Amino acid sequence: MGDVSVDQTLDAAWAIDWLRRSAAVIAENRVMLIELDREIGDGDHGENMDRGFQAILVKLAEGEPETPGAVFKLAAMTLMSKVGGAAGPLYGTAFLRAATAAGDEAGLDAGLLAAALTAGRDGVVARGKAAVGEKTMIDAWTPAVDAAAAAAAGGAGPAELLDAAATAARSGAVSTEPLIARKGRASYLGERAIGHRDPGAESSALILRAAADAAAAIPGAGA
Amino acid sequence: MSVGLVIVSHSARLAAGIVELAAQMARDVLLVPAGGTDEGGIGTSLAKVMEALEAAGTGDGVVVLTDLGSAVMTAESALEFMGNPQDIVLADAPLVEGAVAAAVAAQSGASMAVVRAAAESALKPAGAPASAGAPGPSPGTSGDAPSSSAVTALLTLINPMGLHARPAAVLAGELGAMDVEIEINGVDGQSVMMLMTLGAGQGTELKVSATGPDAQRAVDLVRREVEAGFGEI
Repeated sequence: MGDVSVDQTLDAAWAIDWLRRSAAVIAENRVMLIELDREIGDGDHGENMDRGFQAILVKLAEGEPETPGAVFKLAAMTLMSKVGGAAGPLYGTAFLRAATAAGDEAGLDAGLLAAALTAGRDGVVARGKAAVGEKTMIDAWTPAVDAAAAAAAGGAGPAELLDAAATAARSGAVSTEPLIARKGRASYLGERAIGHRDPGAESSALILRAAADAAAAIPGAGA
Repeated sequence: MSVGLVIVSHSARLAAGIVELAAQMARDVLLVPAGGTDEGGIGTSLAKVMEALEAAGTGDGVVVLTDLGSAVMTAESALEFMGNPQDIVLADAPLVEGAVAAAVAAQSGASMAVVRAAAESALKPAGAPASAGAPGPSPGTSGDAPSSSAVTALLTLINPMGLHARPAAVLAGELGAMDVEIEINGVDGQSVMMLMTLGAGQGTELKVSATGPDAQRAVDLVRREVEAGFGEI
């Protein structure tokens, strides 16, 4: 890891690549997300998320925003309008709060990136009123945010920070399997939800991995 | 003008139906449905909600009613997108009863706060709040301070129509904004639906009994309204 990666900032091109990679990975895993959601919810998560991210691709084709914050805002507006289910306002609020944290900056350094992720997570908590351990998206987001903050404090660059966050989100998603759901429709199932991974935590892990992949793909990122 | 209402539902037909129902009792109130996804499916859409909020904005405020989970979140998100304007509020109310109560209150020219209170008190259940079936402890059951003796009044309805929908909504709305436990002929005075079930016509005696910090204010309000015939005479 050289100094270049530590001083690196992530720009609008990275944010756009993140969304495009997210759209691809959500499309690829659409059926898997539908099946996870069918186990403990209403089975529409994969389809709703796919529709939302495909709509983002259409918006990006119409014109590419010039700052990461503007890219996040485009994602927020589109997801809230097109997803339809609870994931729309939850992911939408995450991107909206991240957009506010990113402000008009042309490039996000590690500190700003950690702040944007934290603001996004706080937005999901505020909107969904869920806490860690309730078998929701938050079980992926909170370990990711903690890992990002630790990475930023330890002097990591943005790519390394996102890799740490994505790895933590993946473990977080897996950690939802033995839990009883406390929010959403899965909460009606009680103990029957045990043994099934939460679809929102899974899609969160996929999307955060896409953010890390987009950063790692930048020449000289060296995560 | 009066306060406008926006009805947010997962279903376009449900939202439109509630508007149709509430409009029967509130001819002059701007009622705007925001149901379904952009493609006409089941779900909620930020864009639809924001358009409806704009259409319902009369200058006197907007009260938003919602159905299940993500409709609430979409409505909250719309307000966040708009910078949380002061003249739009969400009501935490049962959708059908709340919409009817709010529409009746709005028709009577009530303020945004009173219209919201009318919606939220539409069905005040005596029991625990609906919390997705979880048998958790219900919040806010701290031991109420032992009430000093109740404030009571015995009043007679003098207006020809008695305690019909409009005055019921006004009373429940105004009382709903107070810190009071109030019974009128044995039913909750903060619930427009319960007041309407009394079917109290002209000449009916109302036994009013209130406890709590605003008890005197609440009883004075009821007395004033009843003695003025709810402004209908």
